[in-house]
Amino acid sequence: MTSAGIVVFPGSNCEQDCRRALSGLGASTAMVWHTESALPDVDVVILPGGFAHGDYLRAGAIARFSPVMDAVRKHAESGGLVLGICNGFQILCEAGMLPGALRKNAGLKFLCEWTDVRVENADTPFTCRTQTGDVLRIPINHFDGNWYCEPETFQRLHDNGQIVLRYADNPNGSLGSVAGLCNPAGNVLGLMPHPERACESVLGSEDGRVILRAMLDHAQRFAA
Amino acid sequence: MAFTALVSVMPKPGVADPQGQTIEGALPVLGYTGVHDVRVGKRIELQLEAANESEARQRVVEMCDKLLANPVIESYEVTIR
Repeated sequence: MTSAGIVVFPGSNCEQDCRRALSGLGASTAMVWHTESALPDVDVVILPGGFAHGDYLRAGAIARFSPVMDAVRKHAESGGLVLGICNGFQILCEAGMLPGALRKNAGLKFLCEWTDVRVENADTPFTCRTQTGDVLRIPINHFDGNWYCEPETFQRLHDNGQIVLRYADNPNGSLGSVAGLCNPAGNVLGLMPHPERACESVLGSEDGRVILRAMLDHAQRFAA
Repeated sequence: MAFTALVSVMPKPGVADPQGQTIEGALPVLGYTGVHDVRVGKRIELQLEAANESEARQRVVEMCDKLLANPVIESYEVTIR
């Protein structure tokens, strides 16, 4: 059974949604409090959404110094999968594990709505059950989702295939309509949309399962 | 010695500033025309102990690089007094 560690910061609020979605896909889950200096023996690490440390100063700015983040970084450096969702994406950017930064939405409104995101790179552990060009219906729920990086960095990310997901209808002003991106090795993914909230038909979409299942399958193969 | 540090954090040139744009859009409504390039930043004040002004500055610059500003999107200026 694939195991997922879900990191919980003071102010996280999507950890139970992640647990439910991953359990529904057959994974075992463990909640990991942010003060832990080591991770339990898990195959994948999830940084869930919310408002870690109140998002004071900047979203993710304080969370990156939580003791658990050293262990998360080591997990990633040894090839383990790390998925940062929404606030988790912001934390990964602040921690320097993903490039760029997330600013206030261009319209200065908190956005809670369905989005269509297009798969730009189907050759990552998180998108290997999709085809490039597939459109997934996954909701967003954020104030700071307006991703930005310098133009030369953007070109490099584009050339490396690190831009994994783009919005069909850019809701927040992100550079290049970026909704999700990965590190050069492809084992760390950050995305603003919430796949864990699109895992049951009663919620309006099951498209999030495609991402989470791919991640779990890949982790199982990696462990085997 | 006790010092006061004033840190001004601003969005870097070229980085869109939706707060500044919104304020710029509101000012003409009040009759203030001819206003442009409105940018919104943060001012952080802190007290610290250091041997001298140069050490105080060095420590605050370190704080800026590590926490107070995000170098991807923000620049900062430190004033010590």
